[in-house]
Amino acid sequence: MAELTRDDVAHLAGLARIDLSEAELDRMVGELGVILTSVAQVQQADTDGIEPMSHPMPITNVTRPDEVRPSLTADEALSGAPESELQRFSVPRILDED
Amino acid sequence: MTTTVDEVLPYDEALAAFDPVMGLEVHVELGTNTKMFCGCATTFGAEPNTQVCPVCLGLPGALPVVNAMGVESAIRIGLALNCEIATWCRFARKNYFYPDMPKNFQTSQYDEPIAFNGYLDVEVPGEHGEEPWTYRVEIERAHMEEDTGKSLHVGGSTGRIHGAEYSLVDYNRAGIPLIEIVTKPLTGAGERAPQVARAYVAALRDLLKALDVSDVKMEQGSMRCDVNLSLRPKAGEPTSPEQAAVPLGTRSETKNVNSLRSVERAVRFEICRHAAVLSNGGSIVQETRHFHEDTGATTSGRIKSDADDYRYFPEPDLVPVAPSREWVEELRATLPENPAEHRRRLQTEWGYSDLEMRDVLNAGALDLIERTVAAGASAQSARKWWLGEPSRRANTEALELVAYADQVGLTPAYVAELQSMVDAKRLNDKMARQVLEGVLDGEGAPTAVADARGLELVQDDGALEAAVAKVIEGNPDVADKIRDGKVQAAGALIGQVMKEMKGQADAGKARELILSTLGEG
Repeated sequence: MAELTRDDVAHLAGLARIDLSEAELDRMVGELGVILTSVAQVQQADTDGIEPMSHPMPITNVTRPDEVRPSLTADEALSGAPESELQRFSVPRILDED
Repeated sequence: MTTTVDEVLPYDEALAAFDPVMGLEVHVELGTNTKMFCGCATTFGAEPNTQVCPVCLGLPGALPVVNAMGVESAIRIGLALNCEIATWCRFARKNYFYPDMPKNFQTSQYDEPIAFNGYLDVEVPGEHGEEPWTYRVEIERAHMEEDTGKSLHVGGSTGRIHGAEYSLVDYNRAGIPLIEIVTKPLTGAGERAPQVARAYVAALRDLLKALDVSDVKMEQGSMRCDVNLSLRPKAGEPTSPEQAAVPLGTRSETKNVNSLRSVERAVRFEICRHAAVLSNGGSIVQETRHFHEDTGATTSGRIKSDADDYRYFPEPDLVPVAPSREWVEELRATLPENPAEHRRRLQTEWGYSDLEMRDVLNAGALDLIERTVAAGASAQSARKWWLGEPSRRANTEALELVAYADQVGLTPAYVAELQSMVDAKRLNDKMARQVLEGVLDGEGAPTAVADARGLELVQDDGALEAAVAKVIEGNPDVADKIRDGKVQAAGALIGQVMKEMKGQADAGKARELILSTLGEG
């Protein structure tokens, strides 16, 4: 696997809306690099002829009937919101790039 | 906010030099009772944040479960679009940060859509003397996903995102099942590309309505269209390395075009705008654009950037969907007749001319007439009544005929009842019109209106005979003419007989009686 670069980390931080200082970026390149190297050991296992797996249980088609279940009340829904107004979640000004 | 007005080339010039290539993405909200991954209701217009739960709010530890009806609807849509149905497919997380998506990812499908490789044959109406044309829209895929919440932007001057101080979000819509239907690049439509786009979206809307999977109300956003458009040089070799690299041309994506007319206008505008840029030696920027109903123009939105790195991966909280072939075939058997074929069949059955059929379709009366015929009326009478006063009033009130009929309580059964009263000679045509007006004015069922207004043909033949005798006696000259064979003169007498009867007589019967009395019957 290619080495994780400082640009990669800055890009990911941007996508995740995490503001990292220059010093933090440097530290994360190192720390994430170690994690990736550790996980990469798994890639040494011989997986020829083995189907990739995205779920631990070999089951399909778990569905529920289209029947309405009780929702939260608006008060309950908003109880964790730092700010609300007009029974809605108040969020900071939306993205500059739009 | 961008205020630049884009240069545009006249449409004919644009088409002389370039070939438009379109890709249409339609999102349709399913009409299920509950959301795609939780049991919250989906009622439109509910109080903000009253149809939300830990799953659709993306609270930690919440576990989504797929709505069986969502999968069923997706498969039926796929089959109706002549798609293959996946034997096994998964949901995927599309990761992005935006406040209308509380989980910070949208549960969607990525490289394993439930339906793929289909087509829809679209009838493009003839305009400006052109022949009607059938264009095959190739379908790339139809996949399952979920809708986002709705934001209200506060503090900005325009109510749009730019300049907003903060936003207020209602998550009632977050998690409502969406099916995204994506076409392959559509080429070869040439100057009729705008009409093809419109006809496709209209055909898709009719199809989804016939499938009864969505209310497909574009004005309420339950069906939304994104228009991708690019131009390629009309003929010959690519004129630049850039063109060679992108043979179909660089595209723009105009988001959320929300009426059939707007789809047509947006395609047309983008053709003219792209052509102006390319003719001046410029390059098209791959970007999102917004369509403006008032000006018919698009303006630049977001440039495709790093933010579009969605890092899709299989959704670990949901298990794969693997529809059995038996189930798929069962669902295939539930498919309704294709709307275009259905229309052709009805036209033949009803004996309507092309012109009559076009008027019926333009008036949005097809379904109403079909139900009226099912309730026992003849096709011609059903057409006559629906396209008369009800259509006129719907038009005055700027309502669709169906919506107007709903509002005033005019049902196909009432129209059939009205016609049966005419057929039974209980009402003449003029009286029937008055009864219909009474129904539209909210006076109740036709029989009730006729009773209340005292509208009924006099069935007493004695009274009619007496009136005929009186009128003949009063007009000996006219009577002589009729006796001499000038049957058309009877008209003058019929009018007088009707007057004698205060309008409450059957004019046809009066005519018969006059003619038989004068030996011409």
